[in-house]
Amino acid sequence: MPDLALTIDIAISGILTGFVYALMALGLSVIFGVIRVVNFAHGEMMVLAMFASVFLFTYTGLDPLFSIPFVTCIFFAAGYALQRYLIDSFMEREEHEQFILLLAVGMLITNGLLIVFGPEARGINTDYSFDSYVIGPVILEKTKLISSGAASLLSLLLFTFFRFTSTGTAIRACADNPLGAAVVGLNVKRLYGLAFGIGTACVGAAGCLMSLLFDVTPNLGPQLTLLSFTIVIIGGMGNMTGALLGGLLIGLSESLAGLFTSPSMKSMFSFALLIFILVFRPKGLLGK
Amino acid sequence: MDSNLTSRRIGLLCLLLVSFLTFGFFLLILPYLVSSYILSIVTIILYFAYVGQAWNLAMGFSGQLSLGHALYIGLGAYTAAALYVHFGIPPLIGLFLSMAISAAAAALIVFLAAHHNVHDVYFALLTIAFAEFTRLFFSHFEWVSGTSGLFLPLSSSDSFDLINLRGSTTMFYYIILTLVIIALSIIYFLMTRRAGYYLLAVREDPLVAQSLGISAFRYKMLSMTLSAAMTSVGGVFLAFYYNTLFPENLFGIHRSVEIILAPIIGGIGTFIGPVIGALALGFLGELMTVIAEFISPNTAGIKEIAYAIILFTVIKFLPGGLWPWISRKTNIFTSKCSK
Repeated sequence: MPDLALTIDIAISGILTGFVYALMALGLSVIFGVIRVVNFAHGEMMVLAMFASVFLFTYTGLDPLFSIPFVTCIFFAAGYALQRYLIDSFMEREEHEQFILLLAVGMLITNGLLIVFGPEARGINTDYSFDSYVIGPVILEKTKLISSGAASLLSLLLFTFFRFTSTGTAIRACADNPLGAAVVGLNVKRLYGLAFGIGTACVGAAGCLMSLLFDVTPNLGPQLTLLSFTIVIIGGMGNMTGALLGGLLIGLSESLAGLFTSPSMKSMFSFALLIFILVFRPKGLLGK
Repeated sequence: MDSNLTSRRIGLLCLLLVSFLTFGFFLLILPYLVSSYILSIVTIILYFAYVGQAWNLAMGFSGQLSLGHALYIGLGAYTAAALYVHFGIPPLIGLFLSMAISAAAAALIVFLAAHHNVHDVYFALLTIAFAEFTRLFFSHFEWVSGTSGLFLPLSSSDSFDLINLRGSTTMFYYIILTLVIIALSIIYFLMTRRAGYYLLAVREDPLVAQSLGISAFRYKMLSMTLSAAMTSVGGVFLAFYYNTLFPENLFGIHRSVEIILAPIIGGIGTFIGPVIGALALGFLGELMTVIAEFISPNTAGIKEIAYAIILFTVIKFLPGGLWPWISRKTNIFTSKCSK
């Protein structure tokens, strides 16, 4: 039985990681909540962002925190274009055809990365990678503090955008009732593009932050897609507060499961939780 | 004009029959015609056609989108292999337990989904969650060696031990050919019987089907358990063909994805679509690999890129799949059969 200080330590570090998970899942939640398209390439996009961050760090020495603006802008543009020029033509199609389209996008990303970078794991070692703060019996890693701080700041920014700006309100209107939004003169297609772009921008930022915490391999994509789905479903599909809560919950449960059983078993608990939620509370913890 | 069309159609049908018979004969004597390398490629193509048709039974005939069919591959493979390794029970007997276990797992999923109203994307995620959960479970299941993998005792490659599935590529080729024929027979049987029409009704609109007295639950259950049992036989085939079992390799999500490729590309809900899809995938995948080998020795990922491009092209431009498109173009069948 691990002692209390270690447990608290691990729990806090899990919650900190959870903030980054939450930012990633927020992207999926925005895309699903607004466009009603399930982004099956979400994890692959995350891996792409992580690779971008690692690449920038390796070749230009740019700290992942400072690569966030670049990666986020590019991801926003790519997401906008993807929605406007590809997914838009699939809006009226059957659900499984949308999955398969995004599955194909994901396969292209994964295997493209595999060809360019090879299957090896890559990571970032900044000069503060091994720093930590000691507060009483608890040790906090600096990278985790920084990335969770940045992730929560960006999440807050996102909430503010949707709550207080006119574009954010317009996107929420599209989510609630696309027909009604079109009737009052909103350009629904453009707003859908923006929503997808915002979703992928979240992934871009989360990927940069995640690259501080974990090594990345091209094959990580499907796992991250599943992780995002688990988080979003636990919180409630399309519910942004839910995605945040789900991220923290999964971060916590993963780290504690890793401590009490074995690290390789930690995802088993997430999947068990996913099955449980899907079956007994399909709208998620916060869903109505 | 009309009789002209009919005679053209009869002519085409005759042509189709003759080419089908020639093709069948060709498939029968194939091991004597080609190298074992080509034979192994054809074997894998047939495997994709077989599991694709099994998946098609659930998706194409009752509209249940399972993205976790790797669950049945893995359960089937591990059950038969563990029985063989630990108790010496031949796989030809063990596969019945494989089928039973997979069917039971499928029944559990369909039951949970039906009783808790899990459908559409949630159902797809439920199937993935079960497959992934079982993958992690098997990774820690020491009786079948966990992540270090279960290895089957090798035999000399020229043996022909059908009961224990120990033999050459030729033997496995004939086994998978037989399985494809069995799968096609099951689909044909369903398509021409009342149960098949009921399944289609459930796929098109479960509510309307219910109102006509068709139990959507019963027919979904039937198609998914049958599909799972068939898929698990594919798993047994994989295990004894490759002789190695790793949870990641058998239960992984890439396994589920590769199962759905052939039917989607060939045409969901069609009789011959998955076979056409498997052929297209196998051919283009190998072609891309050959081309890539000229450019660089590192070909990892090339085949998958090819699959993704085919998948993308088909879903964008021919959403029904290749077969409905071919049959529309050649106008052999009436519209009823092309769906």
